[in-house]
Parts: sequence; C-alpha cells; structure tokens
Amino acid sequence: MARYLLRRTLAAIPTLLAISFVIFAILDLAPGDPTSSFPLSIPPEVREQYREALGFNDTFLVRYGKWLRQMTVDEPIALIEQSFGADAGSSRTRIQSWASRSPVMDTIAERLPQTLWVLGVSFLLGIAIAVPLGVVSAYRQYSLVDQLGTLASMVGYSVPTFFTGLVAIIVFSVWLGWFPSFYDTTHEVTDFASFVFQLRQMAMPVAVLALFNAAALSRFTRSSMLENLGEDYIRTARAKGVDERGVLLRHALRNSAIPIVTLIALQIPGIFAGAIITEQIFRINGLGQALISAINASDIPMVQTLTFIFAVLVVASNLLADVLYGLLDPRIRYE
Amino acid sequence: MLNRPGATRTTTALAFLLTLAACGGAPPGGAGSGAGQTATLLYWQAPTTLNPYMSGGEKESHAASLVIEPLAEYDENGELVPALAAGIPTLGNGGLSADLTAITWTLEPGVLWSDGTPLTADDVVFTWRYCTTPGGGCAQASHFEGVETVEALDAGTVRVTFDGPKPFPFGPFVSSLSPILQQAQFGECMGADAVQCSDENFRPVGTGPYRVVAFRTNDTVELERNPRYRGIDHGLPFFDEIVIKGGGDAAAAARSVLQLGEADYAWNLQVEPEILERMESRGSGHVVSAFSTSVEHLVLNQTNPDRALGELRSEYANGTNPHPFLTDPAVGRALSLAIDREALVTVGYGEGGRPTCNIWPAAPASRNNDECLEQDIGLANRLLDEAGIVDTDGDGIRERAGVPLRIVYQTSTNTVRQTTQELIKGWWAEIGVATELKNVDSSVFFGSDLASPDTYGKFYADIQMYTNMAAGRNAEAYLGQWRTDEIPGAANSFLGQNTGRFHSGELDALHSELQRTGDPEQRDALIVALNDLLVQSYSVIPLIYRGSVSAHGGDIQGIRMSAWDSELWNIETWTRSP
Repeated sequence: MARYLLRRTLAAIPTLLAISFVIFAILDLAPGDPTSSFPLSIPPEVREQYREALGFNDTFLVRYGKWLRQMTVDEPIALIEQSFGADAGSSRTRIQSWASRSPVMDTIAERLPQTLWVLGVSFLLGIAIAVPLGVVSAYRQYSLVDQLGTLASMVGYSVPTFFTGLVAIIVFSVWLGWFPSFYDTTHEVTDFASFVFQLRQMAMPVAVLALFNAAALSRFTRSSMLENLGEDYIRTARAKGVDERGVLLRHALRNSAIPIVTLIALQIPGIFAGAIITEQIFRINGLGQALISAINASDIPMVQTLTFIFAVLVVASNLLADVLYGLLDPRIRYE
Repeated sequence: MLNRPGATRTTTALAFLLTLAACGGAPPGGAGSGAGQTATLLYWQAPTTLNPYMSGGEKESHAASLVIEPLAEYDENGELVPALAAGIPTLGNGGLSADLTAITWTLEPGVLWSDGTPLTADDVVFTWRYCTTPGGGCAQASHFEGVETVEALDAGTVRVTFDGPKPFPFGPFVSSLSPILQQAQFGECMGADAVQCSDENFRPVGTGPYRVVAFRTNDTVELERNPRYRGIDHGLPFFDEIVIKGGGDAAAAARSVLQLGEADYAWNLQVEPEILERMESRGSGHVVSAFSTSVEHLVLNQTNPDRALGELRSEYANGTNPHPFLTDPAVGRALSLAIDREALVTVGYGEGGRPTCNIWPAAPASRNNDECLEQDIGLANRLLDEAGIVDTDGDGIRERAGVPLRIVYQTSTNTVRQTTQELIKGWWAEIGVATELKNVDSSVFFGSDLASPDTYGKFYADIQMYTNMAAGRNAEAYLGQWRTDEIPGAANSFLGQNTGRFHSGELDALHSELQRTGDPEQRDALIVALNDLLVQSYSVIPLIYRGSVSAHGGDIQGIRMSAWDSELWNIETWTRSP
C-alpha cells in the first residue's frame, strides 16, 4: 500500500509538470495587459515602466522557469519559515501578484477559509442529503419519495446556480430580509451570537450549492443501488435472514459505493472551480472570486498559481479515489 | 449593525466646527461624534493595495485617501483645497515663482503621522524620490513629470523646481493619486525593492482621518479612527470605523445600498439607468453623480487603415497616408450631426452622462460647438450633397472621389458601448454611410500587445470609441495628447496617445503657447481655442460627458462627491442622521 502510494505520487510529478507548462503556455498566448484597466490619464511610457517592473516583458521561458522555481523551492521554504518563525537567510522572491504586488500565496491563504467553510459545508450537506435520498429512492422505487426526489434532483441539476442563487437573494434578502446578501469575510466566530451570524450568512450559498451537488449524486446513488438490489447476493442475504437494514446498508450500499465514491472524490476539485459563479453571486471573496478578478486584471501569476493548485487537487483526488476503492472492495489489490 | 443609533449632531453644528477648524481657533474638545458607528462602503471591484503609487486604478486611490493624504486635493467643483498644506501656493502669495519654474508649499503645522511622529518636509522629498527611483514601476510617475528637484527648505517648507516654466504646477503631491508617504516606513522600499514591501503597501502609516486595522487584498479593508488626526479635537471624523467591502457586481452593490440598506455607500454603479432608477424609487437611498473631464468620444482615423497597405496601414508617414474620406471635415460634421446624443444618454448612461460637443467639457467649456446637441439628419444629408459626396452607383452608400463611405467602427466590449454602436450605425445608415461594427475585449483593446492587431494604439479601423480624461485639472497635459509628436506608429511601438493621428501645426503652436502662458484668463482662452480646433477638425467627435455614479444610504449626510479626486475625499465630515 505504501509502495503503491509512493509510486503513484512520483508518477504524478511529470503529469503536474506537463500541466503547469500547458497552463503557462495558454496564459501566455492569451492576450492581455496588466495595465489595460488603468485610466487613460496614465501615459503609455509610465505603463511601459510599470510592466517592466512586473517582469511582464521577460520572455516566456524566463518567466516559466522563474515561476517553477518559486513554486517548487521558494514558496515551500517561505511556508516553513512562516510556520516556524525561522529565517532561512538566503534572499528569495516569492510569486508576486501583478495586481496587488504582494505574494500570491498570502492571498490564497487569506481566501481559503471562506471557500472551505461555504464549499466544504455545502459539499458535506450535499452528500448527507443525496446518499440517503438515493438509497430510499432505489429501495422504494416509484414511491412518492422517489418521485419527489427525482423531481428535486432534476430541478437541482438543470437549473444553474446563478439562477437559483439570484432567486434565493430576491426571496430571502430583498423580500423577507432574513439573510445578508453579502458575505463578511472578516467575521470571526467567538460566541453563540457570532456563530448564528455565521450560519445566517452561509445559509443561502450553502443551500444553493448543496442542492446542486446533491442532484447528480442522488441519481448516481439511486441507479447504483437499483442495480445491486436486483443481484443474486441480495436475495441470498435475505434468505440467510439478514434484516432489511443490513441488506440495504451492509450489502447493497457497500457494493454500490464504488461509483459513488468516484463521483464524490472527483467532485472535490470541481467544488472549488464550480463555485466560482456562486461566490460571485453571493459576494463571498474566496478562491473562485480571486481567480475571476485575476483573470479580469490579467494578473497572470495569480491565475497560473490558482489553476495549478486546482490541477494538483484533481490529481490528488484521483489518487484518493483509487485508495478508497481498496478499502471498500478487498478484491482490489494495489500491485 | 449599520443603523445603530449613536450620539449625533446636526450638520449646521458640524459646519460651525469646520469653520472654527479652518480659522485655527481652539473649540472645546470632545465634541460628540458617531460613538461606535461603522460605515460600510461597497467597492464591488475592491482595492488591491493601499499604495496608489503601486497601482493605476482609482479604487486603490479612493481607499488610500482615508489613510494617506496629499498636500492639496480637489473638491467637488474641481477647486484645489489644502490638505496637508497650509494654503494653496499662487503667484499672488509668492508660492509660485514669477518665472513659473518653482512652487513652494508650506506644510500645515503640527501634523502627526498615526504612529505619533511629526510630518516633515523630508517626507515630501522622500515621496518624490520614491516614485521616481527607476525599477519600481511607479504608476503615478507622470505626476512628477518635469520635476527637476524637490528640496526641503526647512522642516515645514518644501520647494519643487521644474526643468522649465510650469504654468500648471499642481502635478506633484496633489490629489489622492499623489499622496505623501512616510519616509520612516517606506525608506527600504525604493526602486526594485518596492515589490518586497507588501506589508507597507497594505498598511501605510498616514496622516488621514483613519488608520488601517486589517487589509485583505481585493476583498475588505477595515479602518478605525486615527487618534492623532488633526481634526480629532473638532470631533472629526464622525464614524469610528469604516469597512470597505468588495465583491459581486455593480447591480448587487446598488441593491445593497438603495434597496436593502445593508451598506452606506456604493461606488461606480455602471448599471442600466432604468434598473438604477427603479431601485432608487423603491428604497431610501440616493443616487449621486459627479463630473470631471471624462468624455466618451469617437476618434476618426486620419490615416488610411486599408489592409492592402501592409506595413503602412494606419501609419502617419509624415502625412503621406491620409484617410480617403475621414480627413474631410464635411464628412465628420455630417457623422456628428446624425447622432442623437440625448438618446444615447437615456439608453445607456442616465445620471452618469450628459450630451457634449466638447473634448474639454469642464470649465472653461467652449460654447462654440453646441450645434451637435440637436440631431439633424436632414442637415447632415445636405452637407454631404453640397460637398459632392453623393451616391453615384445607386447602392445606397455615398462615395467621395469614388471611394464609398464604408466604415469599420471599433470599441471595447461593454454592453453600453455595443448599444451605442448599434444606434449610431442606424443613424449613419440614414445619411448613406455603411458601418461595420467590431468590439474587442478591453484587456486587449487598451493593452499594449505589439502582436495584436486590435489595440486602440494600432487603430486598424476607421473609427474607434472610448473615454478619455485628464489627470486632475491638467488641461495642458491632456490637450497635448493631440500633438503631432504623440502620433503612435511602429517607430514608437504604438505608445503615442494621439490615436487618431491628427496632425496640425496650428494645434502644436497653440499648445506650445499654453505651456508658456501663466495668466489664468489667457490660459482659459487657449484651452477653449485648442478644444474648438480639435472638435471643428472632426478628427474627434465628442458624444457623452461621463460622470461617476455612486449611491448612498438615505441617512448619510455630508457627501460632496468629487470626480476630480477620490470620491471619499471629505469622508471625515460624513455623518449619519438619527
């Protein structure tokens, strides 16, 4: 198992290198200029000096090599320094955002908590709704619960979050005034009242995203369960006298879990990327919003680093899914 | 949270206190202020830094203006008012040298930085060196153009010497774009080291009414009252805390302030006028606008952009490559008369726009070009007929000397601009001009990519549309953009600002005269003359005098929105009525 993990991790390195190069090349080919949003009262010579100071005018390979070194050497050292308060001494340059002219990683660290709070909770809530709903829908196929569940997941899956999000804001913020329409990233949970405020400001985005996440997952769970409930071993289990609960959860659900786990694991990077729109609508200044504003400002170091982190998440989630298969199904061997 | 009742007072009392402050009198301290009150300002595009020298954007300079201050700032009428200076230097008070080559500023005595150290003339000198040290990429370097040296005469006096006569000496250290930085804080941040100073850039030590508590780039700025602010004994500023919050879009920000009352101020509301009006009518908030020099205008290419010319496409080439019909003022005048500017305002701009026929729309505004305010398609058609530009081959498009009036009309991608394009295309069709529309993403259009054929500098089209504005009140630098030596081309990597390739010896001479003239009345006359020359050449067609549009809650008092400077320039006198 340990050897398998090591082998897979090492195999991921060339993949990630290739991905980072492709992202960098695409960004380089895409037109854009970090000074294009400046008012025209700033003359062209000043813009040119500004671009020069950012390193915008360096050649492609110089910039890529610099970014790669910063990403793999300088940033990890800076992380260690910050965690332990040590100073490694040598002079290094961290990846600098072109928009804020500050280290990209500091911004990402600032943005991570709200993204994890909202996306993480909606993701878990989505699973908590989808899996039981899928199981019940399969077990009581064509029942009222199944019909309603199908309807709800169709709605959740086919109506985009930018629409449900706006409807939620109009109903719950504008008409009813229950929830704030923007998210306070500086809010700290210190007592019960502030915890309640945190719940209130998270309620709408979490509900909208959880609906979206649960929709696909509940359909997968349902179909996978249906398939397994018709199998011979289920009949055998019932014949042995296993109670319905055991049949359903230990036999059918466990065997249906492989496609469900695949979907959940592969959704992990998706929740970061997919929440970009939701973050924009509910004004949660998380990673998705950072990516959008960086793209608008042609802040290439920020875009590059964020997309690369998403790529790492995809590779890591794949690995996680593979490992989970082995835990769920002892027939799968890692050699 | 936002509507907490606090100790309040009337604006009259405030005005009284201000008068006392201005007179240098010592009113009784501890006047009431907004005990515990917080104002929330929505900047949907949030500030990325609090050092305006590190960013060209206006959102950064607005947010920074709460913390760091210039020597003088512009009020809502574009008049200079002292900030850190004791007064505005003029020829009359001896602040300007008679030969116009030097300006001497006296600092307001007793001003302290928020860390308790005194502000001195050395800080002012330092700010100049900070922005002009090579390698730092100072975004406001143009404010220091023509500055030969800045020297501290004593701790409270600073003299700026220019390399020649400078009738407009208010570039350096004036407006929120050129504030004074503290030498003690930024001393290590010169030139290429500027990028290592993100802590300094995010939390500058200032002299303004507020100091930074927390800064999250592109997200939130939290500020609290600066206990060493010079107005503190007069009960200024009113609000204890200010939160500047970013994210979302303009419509959501407008809704938060106008309809929901969740926030107190929202900046830059580029929202369809109809939607904004509806929001305003349903809530207690108000929409406000302010104007400076921004004009949305058409630029008529004076050179030939024909693709067949290859290298010579849109090149000035010393006047040997003229446009086949746009250099004819009759054509330009007809194109201008065909446009219904009032309709453009109603559809796209609302309170944020007014029809204009001038490229310099602020005082001293010319009254000589008002013909264009009324759409007159009949007159436009007659003008073209009289000039012999008629449809000879019956295809509905007029020809001038055999060349049909077919126009490629480009601008940046933006819903208001595309609507404007469509409307104008329709009107031009009525006078026998065929128009092909093109729009380019703004990061490309306003970019500098030499490999891209779509930048506004290359101008591979017949007409393009964008907004241009002066830096502060500097008409001289602004009108200098149309000089012949500002024409972009391959030779200067397309860096000139005269994108229309307009060339006129008369304009160059008038502008040189403006650079030498110190008398305010003569200067005004020259500005009007330059404006009229440009507009009547029809190398530019002004369309809309554009203002900034913001909104504030119904209970916020004291807003004097200035488009010449930071909209928040007088935030210390904002109050909340009970």
